[in-house]
Amino acid sequence: MLGRTANDLYWLSRYIERAENMARLIEAGYRIALLPRAGDDRNQEWTSTLESAGCAAQYHAKHGTLDTRNVVDFLLFDASNPSSIHACLATARRNARAQRTALTREMWESLNSSWLEFQTIKPDTLRPDALPRILDWIKERSAAYRGALLNTILRNDTYFFSQLGTFLERADNTARILDVKYYVLLPSTSMIGSGVDNAQWEAILRSVSAHRSYRWVYKDSYRSWRIADYLILNRAMPRSLRACYGEIESTLDDLSSLYGEEMPCAKTARSTLALLDKGDIDTIFQSGLHEFLIEFIARNNRVAHEISEAYHFNS
Amino acid sequence: MNGLGQGVREPYAAVSAWLDTMRVEDLRKKSAEAELLFRRTGITFAVYGDAEAAERLIPFDMIPRIISAAEWRRLSTGIEQRVKALNAFMYDIYHRQEIIKAGRIPAELVIQNSAFVPEMIGVEPELGIYSHIIGIDIVRTAENEFYVLEDNTRTPSGVSYMLENRETMMHMFPNLFAENRVAPVETYPDNLRKTLESVAPHRLDTDPVIAVLTPGIYNSAYFEHAFLADQMGVELVEGSDLVVMDGYLNMKTTQGLCRVDVLYRRVDDAFLDPLTFDPSSMLGVPGLFDVYRAGNVTIVNAPGAGIADDKAIYSYIPEIIEFYMGRPPILKNVPTHNCRKPDALKYVLENMAELVVKEVHGSGGYGMLVGPAATKEEIETFRARVKANPDNYIAQPTLALSTCPTLVEDGIAPRHLDLRPFVLIGDEVRLVPGGLTRVALRKGSLVVNSSQGGGTKDTWVLQD
Repeated sequence: MLGRTANDLYWLSRYIERAENMARLIEAGYRIALLPRAGDDRNQEWTSTLESAGCAAQYHAKHGTLDTRNVVDFLLFDASNPSSIHACLATARRNARAQRTALTREMWESLNSSWLEFQTIKPDTLRPDALPRILDWIKERSAAYRGALLNTILRNDTYFFSQLGTFLERADNTARILDVKYYVLLPSTSMIGSGVDNAQWEAILRSVSAHRSYRWVYKDSYRSWRIADYLILNRAMPRSLRACYGEIESTLDDLSSLYGEEMPCAKTARSTLALLDKGDIDTIFQSGLHEFLIEFIARNNRVAHEISEAYHFNS
Repeated sequence: MNGLGQGVREPYAAVSAWLDTMRVEDLRKKSAEAELLFRRTGITFAVYGDAEAAERLIPFDMIPRIISAAEWRRLSTGIEQRVKALNAFMYDIYHRQEIIKAGRIPAELVIQNSAFVPEMIGVEPELGIYSHIIGIDIVRTAENEFYVLEDNTRTPSGVSYMLENRETMMHMFPNLFAENRVAPVETYPDNLRKTLESVAPHRLDTDPVIAVLTPGIYNSAYFEHAFLADQMGVELVEGSDLVVMDGYLNMKTTQGLCRVDVLYRRVDDAFLDPLTFDPSSMLGVPGLFDVYRAGNVTIVNAPGAGIADDKAIYSYIPEIIEFYMGRPPILKNVPTHNCRKPDALKYVLENMAELVVKEVHGSGGYGMLVGPAATKEEIETFRARVKANPDNYIAQPTLALSTCPTLVEDGIAPRHLDLRPFVLIGDEVRLVPGGLTRVALRKGSLVVNSSQGGGTKDTWVLQD
């Protein structure tokens, strides 16, 4: 496979995953912005959404003040914001077009029709009640693409590089969401047990679509350390850091055996997985949740970088 | 479809009966459905100068164009004779130039031709073949009367439309195929692969590695490049994916460099190798031509193959066929007036209103005058241009091109057609029964090019 192809497939998956994550983030933020909040500016919640999305600075440079309409427009439709859903879908489709030969017809048609339909949405004429539907539609389209991929693609390097993109992006996303909100999860916070806290916790879980499954797993009300445990260490939770690294590690293993050679990225991924496997949430809280997440994000970036080096993404 | 006499010609009988059962509204609905299918599949061509917004569809007309088995047999023998002669001509031109020495073709027409690539002199391409993929544009003017309009010996495009049009028709009207014995065209990608493998450098002791070279996603024919690579199961590469190392051509893969033995390039000669040709080219591979000359890679079609489809050479093709094949041509050329000859120039200037005048190096329907359809002013402008630079023009009589029923704004009406079969030349000549039928959608128009508002149809060759 061409190095350029591997690079494009990897980023194609990352952008699809990013678009889906962005839809969840907006959904969770929108919900919080609807809650009554005594004395506080309810738009304040959008700050964490923008920070989780990694584009707070660009937003403020463009719009200055926070308001729901501008934030939603910026995260959903603004082509000049490289993390917007518009930009993610456009880049994903451009990559797909460049790699038509590596994609199955089902994958291409799913992605292409998403893009064509997305372009027919006119943001200016959008009524507020259309937003949930659009966000659902984006998650649906991302799921359709993943479904086409899982059902039709050959289990060779095409598949492996696509999987790596998905799970590296997902791990990064979950870690960022947690890190932006880590102070809400700390026991020292002044608002312990308040309704606001509960809403904040639920927002975190919602942004990774885990507010329902949490109760099935823990059979308990929201507890901050359990939420952290769930999103960081739980193997069953498909968006947890542990689950993502399970996929990344085994995918890199498969790639090593396909190519007959193990690269440094496989070792880094394995040690990251081990870290999550033997970690327990009390220790993580004691030594600093924020520090742990920062360290994880850096490791995740290192794995990504090592993959691109090992497999000649930019040769 | 109706021919010159009355009534429906025999090969069209079944389709004509089917058309009678369809209402125009139904056809329009189906047509919209087909368009959606094409758009979803991304069978588009890019329009230059505009990035994402300008992916356009070539209009597809659902009423098939039909050729009988007997007609096809005649056509295919003629085509085979023609492509063999063209390759023999190219071999000769880049070697001993016997045809020039024999005085059958003027030396300056070849040597001073911009499509002649002097770097190719003395190069020995695998099996002596220069043009492995040729698209021949053919029109029909009467029962059993076919003319070759032009030969495309460089990088002919459109074969993906031949295949996708068939795919779409079978998807939308499966019963039509149950009722008619339509020869399949799906073997084309397999034939292409076999052809490319057969011309791999002969010293090879492993299976040849094939790649398709594209200028990239903004090229107007990008869809076709990706389509063919995909159908053959070979890599689609851009210039930046390739590098010359130790005398071989390599592509940069996830596991390091990998040798490429056959390069099916869809990049023009000038851009192939900045060291040998256009030094500003970003699309090619520095050093590629040296690898080629050393016989370590096969370039398909060979550089310099354009010499055989030059419009000024075209008028000599009947003599070229006689010279190399020892027999008169089976397929006729359109009588062509080469304005470089004084008496031909005189004739052209006097009869411009009846002629089609073309630039020697023009293509895509640009830079041409269709006399009978042109205004007085247009004719005068063209007359001045021809006078100023006669060598640059040829002229041909306006042919009465055949028509086929086509869905247009006011219902079903006859529209003019041409046909481009795609021939593959390697260890043998391979020709799938069919081709790309292009249709001029404007009433009375004879220009079928997609850049000039032409559409396409599925082409059926019937089996006995």
